[in-house]
Amino acid sequence: MMNKQEAIFKYLVRLGDCALIHGHRLSEWCSRGPILEEDLALTNMALDNIGRAQAFLKYAAEVQGNGLSEDDLAYKRDERAFYNNLLTELPIGDFAFTIAKQLLLSVFENIQMQALCKSADATIAGIAAKSHKEVRYHLTHARDWTMRLGKGTLESNTRLQQAFNQLWMYTGELFEMYEEDAILNKQGIAIDLNELKTPYYNTITSILNDSNIKMPVADYMQTGSRKGIHTEYLGHILSEMQYLQRAYPDAKW
Amino acid sequence: MESVIVSSDFQSKIDQDANIEPKDSMPDAYREHLIRQISQHAHSEVIGMQPEGNWITRAPSLRAKQILLAKIQDEGGHGLYLYSAAETLGISRDEMIRQLHSGKAKYSNIFNYPALTWADIGAIGWLVDGAAIVNQVSLQRTSYGPYARAMVRICKEESFHQRQGYEIMTKMMNGTEAQKQMAQDAMNRWWWPSLMMFGPHDSDSPHSGNAFTWKIKRKSNDELRQKFIDKTVQQAEVIGLTIPDPELRWNETKQMYDHGEINWEEFKRVINGNGPCNRQRMEHHMHVHAEGAWVREAAEAYAKQQH
Amino acid sequence: MDTQLDLWEVFIQGKSGGNYTHAGSVHAADSNMALQNARDIYTRRNEGSSIWVIPSKYVVASNPEDADMLFDPANEKIYRHPTFYVMPEGAKQI
Ligand SMILES: [Fe+2]
Ligand SMILES: [Fe+2]
Repeated sequence: MMNKQEAIFKYLVRLGDCALIHGHRLSEWCSRGPILEEDLALTNMALDNIGRAQAFLKYAAEVQGNGLSEDDLAYKRDERAFYNNLLTELPIGDFAFTIAKQLLLSVFENIQMQALCKSADATIAGIAAKSHKEVRYHLTHARDWTMRLGKGTLESNTRLQQAFNQLWMYTGELFEMYEEDAILNKQGIAIDLNELKTPYYNTITSILNDSNIKMPVADYMQTGSRKGIHTEYLGHILSEMQYLQRAYPDAKW
Repeated sequence: MESVIVSSDFQSKIDQDANIEPKDSMPDAYREHLIRQISQHAHSEVIGMQPEGNWITRAPSLRAKQILLAKIQDEGGHGLYLYSAAETLGISRDEMIRQLHSGKAKYSNIFNYPALTWADIGAIGWLVDGAAIVNQVSLQRTSYGPYARAMVRICKEESFHQRQGYEIMTKMMNGTEAQKQMAQDAMNRWWWPSLMMFGPHDSDSPHSGNAFTWKIKRKSNDELRQKFIDKTVQQAEVIGLTIPDPELRWNETKQMYDHGEINWEEFKRVINGNGPCNRQRMEHHMHVHAEGAWVREAAEAYAKQQH
Repeated sequence: MDTQLDLWEVFIQGKSGGNYTHAGSVHAADSNMALQNARDIYTRRNEGSSIWVIPSKYVVASNPEDADMLFDPANEKIYRHPTFYVMPEGAKQI
């Protein structure tokens, strides 16, 4: 059984890792946007995410209290100790895939961060308040593009539909609760993810309907990240991201 | 007859240091010169995102990653400001991109060199942005209004670019032996290409006559290059980096540094397409442009339905 | 065919209450996209509190050759400025 400190640590790392890996993927769009303006938009969102990762991981390191920094957590942890949702680590794919991913994540984060603003932990509430503003913008951006691609051309509609179909099985995990949630929910620090489910799927349904996208069918939901079990993609992200820190362990950058 | 009137009126404006604005009459050659220069400048900002972008996913700390992302994002923004400025001259961005892809329009040679190690990110910020800033500061007073205004905005944003690069180099020079070697190696590879950024010697500069009369260019290639060398040598010394030029020495009478000759062979070879990354950079840009076509078409189709 | 979407002019208000100043242009297919692009490109350093975007095709500029006709006549109308008037000595707060 984990104690409260361990529970907070794990919870913060979950939040931090989601933002870190999501931001990492978004940053891969740099110099690859469909139009220069969009390149800047995607890197802006990458920056929001990495900033949020830094805030949550910094707090996680403080809670852990063994002298490690947010960078140690980001750059020196092994794959099995990462707790980001699987959805964040999937490759960027084409622009439709990224937009679908953005929509599925930002609708979730919008309600998640809003709820976390009321966390009994003031630091979490503070980071959530700042993040909520950013995520609202991500959601607007993703919703507008979902409409454009969904209703634009046959090709864009087909690509977007395929993207939602492929990503759908990773949405269930967003609501999965684990040991740490049980401990922290009681104290009002974490939030009951079950309560987010209905507003989440309602919002997604209405946006997809407005965009001529059919609701994907949920016959199976892939999970695993709460236990640190990931897709094969995460290992590659980490071997790239952590390369310098691992290759030169005594160097400071 | 008409064109004579236009150009004498135009030249008197220039001589009074007045800015030329988009709707003012201007000689065709002035317009063409500007389109060539501004679009080349815009393409450089955009192509320059590639070598630095090569390190975003490998940046060694969360701080470094954010700085680098914000920096590269700025460069994209600079490309945009400059495309905007060129568009006021009656050329579309679409046409500028076509000219880039056909080889008619160029971009700065410097981005045809590879960013191989993390120290290269330091060297690019410190030396490449450093050299660009020297040039851009002088362009804030260029005669074409939209170009000058874009330059003012760009210079304001550039101020952190050189610092972040120098900070990376400083940290590495204060670090482990391996880091120091990496930094010096980057210095060795980026120094000469940075000096080439200012272009050929004034004596071999084919277009500069008109550019000075029209006050598009305010300082000569050699003047700007000298300015860059003079301020950079001291910065290298402070952190213990050696400038890879055995002929570099302080000239007490001229109160400036003498330096060795640039390898103009290499300069010409890279400009003519045979640098280490020319093909890679263009292929990347063309590929991304083609990949994005269906997205842009969808956005246009959607916008049409809204009316 | 042009592949770069439509051109929009961007005006930024720095602080609430201030003038909207022309910042530059962006390419976008629709007004939402134009606003978002303008935000991401021209307000990255807190430069803005509000944004206008206007399709560039609707911007009409005065002709530079008409500048003397349009603007010089105003030079003569000095009575529009408070300094034109002679106030008696000793009058306060006027
Ligand atoms: Fe720049
Ligand atoms: Fe720069």
